[in-house]
Order: sequence, then structure tokens, then C-alpha cells
Amino acid sequence: MRWLLLKDLRILRRSPGLVALLILYPVVLSVLIGFALSAGPDKPKVAFVSLVPPERGELELGNRKLDLSSYEGTLFDAIDPVPVDCDGKSSLQCRQAAIDKVESGAAIAALVIPEDFTDRLGGLQTLALSGPPTIEVLYNADDPVKAAYVEDTIKAELRDANLALTTQFTEIGLSYLDLIVSGGTVDVPVLRDVELLGLKRAEEIVERARRDVPPARRAELDRVIRFSELARENLDLSGPLLRSLREPIRIEQEALDGGSTSLSSFAVALAVAVSLMFITLLLAAGALALEREENAFARLVRGLVSRTGLLVEKAGLAAICSLAICLLMLVGLGLFVDLDWARAPLWVVALTVATAAFGALGVAVGAVTREVRAASLLCVMLSLPLAFLALVPSGSVAPALYDVTRAISALFPFRPTLDALDAALNDSGGLAAPLAHLAALALAFGALARLALRRFA
Amino acid sequence: MAEGSSAASTATQAALVAEGIVKRFGDREALRGVSLSAAAGEPVAIIGPNGAGKTTLLSILAGIQRADAGSVSRSPREIGWVPQQAALYGKLTVAENLRLFARLEKVAEPEATVAEMLELTGLADRAADLAAELSGGNRQRVNIAIGLLGRQDVLLLDEPTAALDPRQRERVWEFVLGLAARGTTVVYSTHDLQEAARHAERVIVLADGEALFEGSPVALGETVEREGGSHSDFEEAFVAFLRHRGH
Repeated sequence: MRWLLLKDLRILRRSPGLVALLILYPVVLSVLIGFALSAGPDKPKVAFVSLVPPERGELELGNRKLDLSSYEGTLFDAIDPVPVDCDGKSSLQCRQAAIDKVESGAAIAALVIPEDFTDRLGGLQTLALSGPPTIEVLYNADDPVKAAYVEDTIKAELRDANLALTTQFTEIGLSYLDLIVSGGTVDVPVLRDVELLGLKRAEEIVERARRDVPPARRAELDRVIRFSELARENLDLSGPLLRSLREPIRIEQEALDGGSTSLSSFAVALAVAVSLMFITLLLAAGALALEREENAFARLVRGLVSRTGLLVEKAGLAAICSLAICLLMLVGLGLFVDLDWARAPLWVVALTVATAAFGALGVAVGAVTREVRAASLLCVMLSLPLAFLALVPSGSVAPALYDVTRAISALFPFRPTLDALDAALNDSGGLAAPLAHLAALALAFGALARLALRRFA
Repeated sequence: MAEGSSAASTATQAALVAEGIVKRFGDREALRGVSLSAAAGEPVAIIGPNGAGKTTLLSILAGIQRADAGSVSRSPREIGWVPQQAALYGKLTVAENLRLFARLEKVAEPEATVAEMLELTGLADRAADLAAELSGGNRQRVNIAIGLLGRQDVLLLDEPTAALDPRQRERVWEFVLGLAARGTTVVYSTHDLQEAARHAERVIVLADGEALFEGSPVALGETVEREGGSHSDFEEAFVAFLRHRGH
């Protein structure tokens, strides 16, 4: 068996293109999957147009001044604004220029702030019935996925912006209430600073006046004092109430199942599991199929090597190569993602048992195919859907269908490999159960491979 | 029972004896009690139409398939086997192929044996060439050399010259007959009746899983003549023989 193993390694060494493909394809694929899973979407490119004249770009909210240009910066910090040239253009032409950016593909959406934006925003703090300001969002809905993405992104951004404004307006409202309760100075246009008495001081004045009033008339003043007290107390309660309007519901999250694995750590486990699956399956199946493609199988099993020995050698070859590549991959990923190096012995255990299970599945595939190409195709056709099936999250499909996906996933090594790697890398749960699962699958697929070799070879 | 000389009559001097070999694939009986014998250093050809059971018989003699009934006098390890298609690794050199199988055969001195086989096949100057780069004839010579690594006294060859050009065929036969001359029993199947007539001391005619004749090529012609048939060469005698028996 040793000579066969050395022969296979020599053949691999003399097939640099095949080895490069065998390593690069799964590694690139798995890294892409991991990246897609862990990386959030980039800032969307949005054509941003403010039609508000510069001289009306400043807004007074209460006793604070808000500069619209700085407001835009913080309001839309999650978008990548695409500049629109509005020099010498009318509002309509400027708006059209923003639309052109969307239609040309330079931006996925256009956000147009109308001329009366600051006027209407300022009107919210007065009794002016001009209605709230409206921001216009224009996007190309030729692709439903893109349309949904734009809708979600812009809505989320505007929700954050509205929340920021709500906070601002609440603070203004609270300062007004404070003036009513405690009194103070308010800056009123034209009249400038106006002194407000406030309920508290009014109450004190009435209290003093009460002493000079005949007892028969004090009852009326008592009613005024009582009203003032009640109004002050109730207005004091308005503060917490108004503040709660900013965020009426607070969310407290608790994960009932699964560990506390971060998305990037899980992506590492997923990337390694996908690479391990492809490398082990393709190598084990391909190496066994190669013996038949080269017509050497019959020569070998007529006394030189037992069929079981041949299966063990091929699965072992695949496991050794896959283990080495996956460990190197983990070391490489560890440079970018925070991994707990103290758990490295557990990585080796998880990887070893997982490669044994995939190696057994690989030789089972190799045993039913006569050519390397057929074996490789079958491996890819089998492994990709099973990997995706194992990643179907609960709640995304009907309960019965989810049970079916779990049952099918349990019959193949991908899911337990992912669980074992997640446990070994991230301490996300017990390692023993997925290892036992993988060991059982290794034995089952080993037996199937032996049966298939007798039946088909 | 095959016509000509019987298997039993030569069994005492035979290097290889097979008796009553039966092989079934489902309901189909591929071999129906086939017996044969081959003496030491004797080249024996197994001939017959397509589907007669030639490859199946050789596979059973080589131990690749199991017979449903019957016996073979030697174990697979005692028989060298050369499959129809060259069974060697294209990514290994000629010497590496020989060395690998020598080690798997647990040959006492692998390097010396490899050198001997390279000399025997006349491929010493191609030892470092990848097997994939060899011509069909040279690949077949390496294929035969691998079959000889175990130094067995009996060598089975399944259509050894199929798909080779006449020059390559001649080189292969020169090599194989040289082995027979040195005492190796050579049993081969072939579709080429002229090759069978030229190189075999004895032929076994198989048809529909039955051994219909066992004897020299001349004896086959005589059998046809006795049955009132005429022939100008071995091929015509073979066709007349089968036709007379309804094949």
C-alpha cells in the first residue's frame, strides 16, 4: 500500500495543472462564499442633489442652528454620493441630471432634496400647516433584486435620519416645556429675547398674593395654585414620555440555539469545510477512478493489493493531502481573522475525522465510475447541492421541508463537518457529537464503496 | 468435450490445467464447462468469434473473475497476466512502472529485475520516458514485462497485439515467443487467425462458451477435411469448422 501511495503522490506531483486546479478552485470558491457571507454590502452609489438654495441651507431648530450641508454628511454617511453637476442649471434640469446618472448606471438611485426642504422642516416646530418635508428617491427597477436592495438601503437610511430629527425635535419640545414649567428667556423673531414667567414662578407669585387676599377669596386662588401644581407635575412627566417616543420599543436579543460564533469565524469554518469537501472528494474519487482508467485496477486486485486496502489507500491519500491544505488554509486565514490558536489540536482532530468521512464518500463515488472525468463531475454534482442544502436556515422553508433537508444533510458529511469545525474553531458547541456522526458516515460510506467495488469493478 | 487432444491426456505434463470452468452472468452462461491444458513452454492460442468467452476464460485463469464451477491448477499469484489494454501509469516512466509493480509483487531484488525486464523488452534506452509517450507497441511490451515481473512459469495474454500495426505486432510476437522458447507457458487469446496459426502450437476454439476444439492448427484443418469440408488456409478451416457446428 505504501508503494501505491508514493505512486499516487508522484503522479500528483507530475500533474501541476491538476493539483493547482484541485487546490485553487475549492479554496477560491470557499473564500468567495465566506466573503459573501461575512462581508456586508458596500455603500450604494447614490446621485445626491440638493435643490435647497445655499442661503436657505441653514435651519433653526429651537435655539440650535442646523446646517443642511453638514446634516447631509451625517444623514447619508452610509451612502456613496455621486456628485451631480448642477452649475447653471434649473431645478428641473438638475433633477434630470440626477436621473441620467441612474439611467446610465453611474448610480443605483438618485436622492433629490427639494427647494423647500428646510422651510418645511422648520415649519414642523411651528404651527405652520405646510406638511413635512419630502425627499424624492428615484431608482431603476429593471432588476428586482437590485430594486429590493435599493429600497431597503434607502429606507433604512431615511429611518435613521428621521430618528435623528425626532431626537432633535423632542429636545426642542422638551426645552419649550421646561420654559413653561420653570420659565426663562426665549428668542422670538422681531421681538428678540422675551422673558417667560413659567408655572413655578407664577405659583410663587400667587402664593405671595394669597397672603394679602381676604380669607373669603383665598379659595379661588387656591384653585389657581392647585392647577399650577398639577400642571407642573404632569409636564414633568412629559419629558420621559417624549423621550420614549424616539425609541418606543427596545430590543433585547438572546440566542436560544447555537453558539456565539461571529460571522467571520463561521465564514472561516464554512470556507475550510467547503475546501475540505472538494479536495477530499475529488482526490479520493479521482485516484480510484484513475486505477480503472489506466486499466491497472484488475492487475492490482489479483493478489497485489486487496480491494479494501486499495480503498483505504485512496481515502488516506485524499485525507492526507486535504488535511495539509486545510491546515495551511487555516493558518493563512488566521492572519486576517482572529482565531484561537490554543484550540489548534482540536482543529486537527476535526479535520482528520472529516477528511476520513469525505474520503470514504469519495472512494464510494470513485468505485461506481470508470473515468476520472466522470468521477469528478459526479463529485461536483453531488457535493454542491448537499452543501447548500446543509446551509438552509430554519424558518426559511416550511417545517416539514426543513426536516427533510436536515435528514438529507445528516446522510452526508458536510453538515457534521461544518459543526465539528465550528466547534473546534469557535467553541460553539460540543465536538464529540459531530465527530461521532462523521465516524459513522466514514464507516457507512466505506462499506458502500467496498460493495460498489465488488459490484461495478 | 472439445475435439482433438483432450485436456486430461496432457494434464500430467501440463504447466496449467483448467477443468470444467463454468461462468454465468445472470441467466446467460458465458462459459459451459470449459477445460484446457498447456504444457511448459507451449504457446496456446484461444480463438473464437466475438462473445465466445475468450476474455472471460482468461480472466478466470488470471484470478480476476471467479468461476461459478470448475478448477484451475494454479493460483493467480502463480500466473503472469497481461491484459488486452496496457495496464500501466502514463504519468510514470517505464522504469517507475516496472519498479512499482516489482515492489507490489514483492520481488526480492526489484532494481535488478527492472533492469532485466528493460533489457528483455529492449526498452533500456526508453527507461526514463513517460509511459504515456511510448508507441502502442512499446507500451504493450512494457505491459507484457509487468506481467513477467513475478517470474511465473505461465503467462496469460488477452489479445496482446490488438490495435498494433504489423511491425509492432512482429516485435511483440518475437518477444513473446522468445519467452516461450525459454520455457514460459504462453496462453493467449486472439482474433487474428493467421497469428494463431503461425505462433501457436495448439489452439482452443471457443464458441458460445463451449470449447469445441483443442489441438494443433493442422489438426483443425484435418478435422474440417474429415467432415467433408475444404479449405485453403487456417482461416477458411476455422470458418468451415464453426459453420459445420451451427455457428
